[in-house]
Amino acid sequence: MKQVRPLTILNGRLVTHGGIADGAIRLVDGTIETVGDATAQDGDDTVDAGGKLVAPGLVDLGVFAIDKPAFHFGGITRAALMPDQSPPLDLPSRVSYIAKSGKPDLWVHPLAAATRGLAGREIAEIALMRDAGARAVATGRGWIADSGTMLRLLQYAAMLDMVVITHAEDAALTGEAVATAGEYATRRGLPSAPAEAEAIAIARDIALAELAGARLHFRQVTTHAGLELVRAAKARGAPVTCGVTPAHFMLSDLATVDFRTFARLSPPLRAESDRQAVREAIADGTIDVVASGHDPRGPEDKRLPFADAEPGMAGAETLLVMVLSLVRDEMIDLARAFDLLCSAPARILGVEAGILQVGKEADIAIIDPAKPWIIQSAKMAATAGNTPFDGQPTQGRVTALYKGGVPIDL
Amino acid sequence: MASTETSPHAARYPAGAQAFPHRDLIGIGHLERHEILFLLDEAEQWVALNRQPTKHNDLLGGLTVINAFFENSTRTLLSFEIAGKRLGADVVNMHAATSSVKKGETLIDTAITLNAMRADAIVIRHGSSGATQLIADKVDCPVLNAGDGQHEHPTQALLDALALRHALRERGEAAEDFTGLVIVICGDILHSRVARSNLLCLQALGATVRLCAPPALMPVGIEAMGAEVFHDFDAALAGADVAMMLRLQTERMSGQFIPSAREYHHLYGLTKQRLANAKPDALVMHPGPMNRGVEIDSEVADMIDRSIITRQVEMGVAIRMAALDVLTRRGRGAEGWGATA
Repeated sequence: MKQVRPLTILNGRLVTHGGIADGAIRLVDGTIETVGDATAQDGDDTVDAGGKLVAPGLVDLGVFAIDKPAFHFGGITRAALMPDQSPPLDLPSRVSYIAKSGKPDLWVHPLAAATRGLAGREIAEIALMRDAGARAVATGRGWIADSGTMLRLLQYAAMLDMVVITHAEDAALTGEAVATAGEYATRRGLPSAPAEAEAIAIARDIALAELAGARLHFRQVTTHAGLELVRAAKARGAPVTCGVTPAHFMLSDLATVDFRTFARLSPPLRAESDRQAVREAIADGTIDVVASGHDPRGPEDKRLPFADAEPGMAGAETLLVMVLSLVRDEMIDLARAFDLLCSAPARILGVEAGILQVGKEADIAIIDPAKPWIIQSAKMAATAGNTPFDGQPTQGRVTALYKGGVPIDL
Repeated sequence: MASTETSPHAARYPAGAQAFPHRDLIGIGHLERHEILFLLDEAEQWVALNRQPTKHNDLLGGLTVINAFFENSTRTLLSFEIAGKRLGADVVNMHAATSSVKKGETLIDTAITLNAMRADAIVIRHGSSGATQLIADKVDCPVLNAGDGQHEHPTQALLDALALRHALRERGEAAEDFTGLVIVICGDILHSRVARSNLLCLQALGATVRLCAPPALMPVGIEAMGAEVFHDFDAALAGADVAMMLRLQTERMSGQFIPSAREYHHLYGLTKQRLANAKPDALVMHPGPMNRGVEIDSEVADMIDRSIITRQVEMGVAIRMAALDVLTRRGRGAEGWGATA
């Protein structure tokens, strides 16, 4: 569906790159026409934002399922789909099918599987997948163990100017682990691996990316040691970015008490000191992106013994509110919150969205940042309610959402 | 018939269900010191019964006990089966290898199925940590954990404590608990639920527990559970009262943890010579099955005055009888234990 008439959103607090400013925004033909001093013209539809935040629609860099109701609830208008599908996104035909699957009211950006079957051995046809609509290359939930394969992948992706999104856990060290080594895993007798598995993977991949001249994005960096490596790489100008999901700045491995499988994640929850390190890295800019990692899993995958359950959480509906909680905690300001959620992921993916700027796609969320609500697993819009935040009171709600200037029913 | 109300120790504990206010026996970690002692004291009457020519009591007559073993076991299954039968219960064994689990049924569905058959107690062994609790949450009857992954094996720890108490009493060292004792647990601590349950149980009863293993077989952060960590077995044994040996759980190992069984024996095998580092009369324990010549030499395992390994097996039946008795009291409507559910 195309935008029929221009739309002017009045009386909003606009989230722009420079900061928050009162004003209006005019959307014409699916793109942003004016930001700030816009006025409604004859024939425009108008909406009064009533002093609420007017922000870009969220760009979710790394989800495992297309789950439109959950994305819309969370203000997400674009989502990058991880290649870990069944079958994996390792063929151009699958990529082109996925690229069209959410339109018109949700744009799905497929991430091409780096290797065939995500097995980590043979490089997949990533140029063909790029031309079929893949926005980046991803190693999926696994690490490419073979350093030679990883180097050749990075060189090839650099040639194609595609960013490589990698999972940072040394597979030989993690093995069958489902928890981070430490007191809590030991008390529960859970197979565990040292947190250093992450830093080892990051150190290698940064070295190879610098060698290859490739752009590298770590989807989740969750440890102090890993973040230090990214910080140092950025300081010397390496084209490295990284992200995290809210679970790793909200929760530590204490949340796995009583074998709660909703807290079984990949990578696993870390020690409290690592959680604090993630929060500091968000504050100081080391972490570029916060993504949902949305992975709704029903009881057949979660109502199992901890080690037998699938990893992942339904995160789309809670992504925004968890980042807004960092604003309330005064770790970041509002403009930075939406940089983490919108403009940084859009930049990494190379899409013309994620920012309130003339000429960009008219993906807009109107948000009441103070509206209180309680996260309830049983009442989620997602296809499954596997959230470790069940029962938690929170604040911030999307009250209206537009994709390409067209309103979406919430 | 041995009525529970006439137990000789009855006066030492709160009346009725307050002595053991748990529906299930999932782990030692859930128990208070006095609850552990209560189970040990309850087991004494069954130790006595088991030494009679006629080893039978109809306390659990008419009740159905299901032993649902999702992981292979010989001795624990046999011990639970004998315990149930000696108390007159109808005991049924379910082996995962021959069950619908192999046909893709989920653990929860299996639990619901067992529950629908109106079991009065279910004994669970499962290869995943936390599995027993998961089942317990879905059924209406008491659940006993016979080992879940690398988490807990509470009846093993209780029987070890009972065997140790008996051995000490026979020597005239009749103590209330294990205060002052130094107990070394040596072997594959990482993969051992027995080590975790014993650590919790022995500490609750006042002992100092030293854990000894090569670093790869020692779980990270176990010091936080109060254990003293050793890698040198001779140092660990110095002045110890008890050496408890564990086997290498090669079936749980992915990758190489030790270079060879021979080398393991060289560093961690309990030989007569090495045992001399401990106190002169130190006791030797092993939960079985033993790998003679690897973690323990035959001449140590078979020392009549020092090894209490067969005693442990004997106490296992008594402890499991006590656990089945105590946990089914509510359902049987025993006086002071609440109405029939």
